[in-house]
Amino acid sequence: MDAIVAQLQRQYRDYTISLYQQGILDDQFTELKKMQDDGSDFVAEVLSLFFEDCVRLIGNMARALDQTGTVDFSIVGASVHQLKGSSSSVGAKRVKGLCVTFKEFCDTQNYEGCVRCLQQVDIEYKTLKTKLQDMFNLEKQIVQAGGKVPQVDIN
Amino acid sequence: MAEVMLPEKLEISNDTSSLASPELLHVLAVDDSIVDRKFIERLLRVSSCKVTVVDSATRALQYLGLDGENNTVGFEDLKINLIMTDYSMPGMTGYELLKKIKESSAFREIPVVIMSSENILPRIDRCLEEGAEDFLLKPVKLADVKRLRDSLMKAEEKAFNNIIMHKRELEVNDVYSQLKRAKI
Repeated sequence: MDAIVAQLQRQYRDYTISLYQQGILDDQFTELKKMQDDGSDFVAEVLSLFFEDCVRLIGNMARALDQTGTVDFSIVGASVHQLKGSSSSVGAKRVKGLCVTFKEFCDTQNYEGCVRCLQQVDIEYKTLKTKLQDMFNLEKQIVQAGGKVPQVDIN
Repeated sequence: MAEVMLPEKLEISNDTSSLASPELLHVLAVDDSIVDRKFIERLLRVSSCKVTVVDSATRALQYLGLDGENNTVGFEDLKINLIMTDYSMPGMTGYELLKKIKESSAFREIPVVIMSSENILPRIDRCLEEGAEDFLLKPVKLADVKRLRDSLMKAEEKAFNNIIMHKRELEVNDVYSQLKRAKI
């Protein structure tokens, strides 16, 4: 039993570290973890709210960019600003980075740039969602095997 | 011989934690982002604060009773120790909320902290000039809240000590008058 737990913990540690190394997560995600005590689902809950927010905001951006005729870039920009804020709060580093570029394209009214960013943001939040799901599953497996989820030290 | 009443010995401790129960710091948090509301609520709860979160400046004013609807009913019970508000919100901004709070006689003493994802110096200056206690860059950290709590607790301790000192003075004067009357 212990060997299984140890192996799962190792897998979990490696997986988590890789998410940081790939620039998918940043320090803010570490802060979220610090705010969660054993037994609460805070991290999962706040990320869930974040993903719902992504769907809503990306929908707004897509609708605003889909206007045949003139596109109101300020409307697109307003949603990008909100997405930048929430991705920053949860440590979604890549999504946040894309929003910075996206905002610049909104400000310069660059249509192609905006459409490209929209596609990338969509891919990126879905990627994050999948990877975090894998991470949460590993946590569950560790607990089910009778072990504790290790604190992963990124540095 | 007249009985002289001596004041009880007052212990003034330097330990802030003995001052008030840590849970008593009641924070009103204002943010239009659902993710940030969840985040700040948790951040404050794990920092031993009582939290009320609202999603707009208008709702914050309603909660405080400053919206012109319900002016003097039941506010004495409403004890808010700190207001933390996002700067950029649709409708009324955090800055406008700050101004309204500072204009109110009931709430102007409450420290107001502005949070923003943008590090814009003129914005920061404007808020501080309008009386903001602090300006925090988002995302807010546990360390930021701890620092705020510590400085607020220190300010409360100072005020508390001043009250105790004054009370002590009054009691000493009272004993003195009693002694005089008893001609001791």
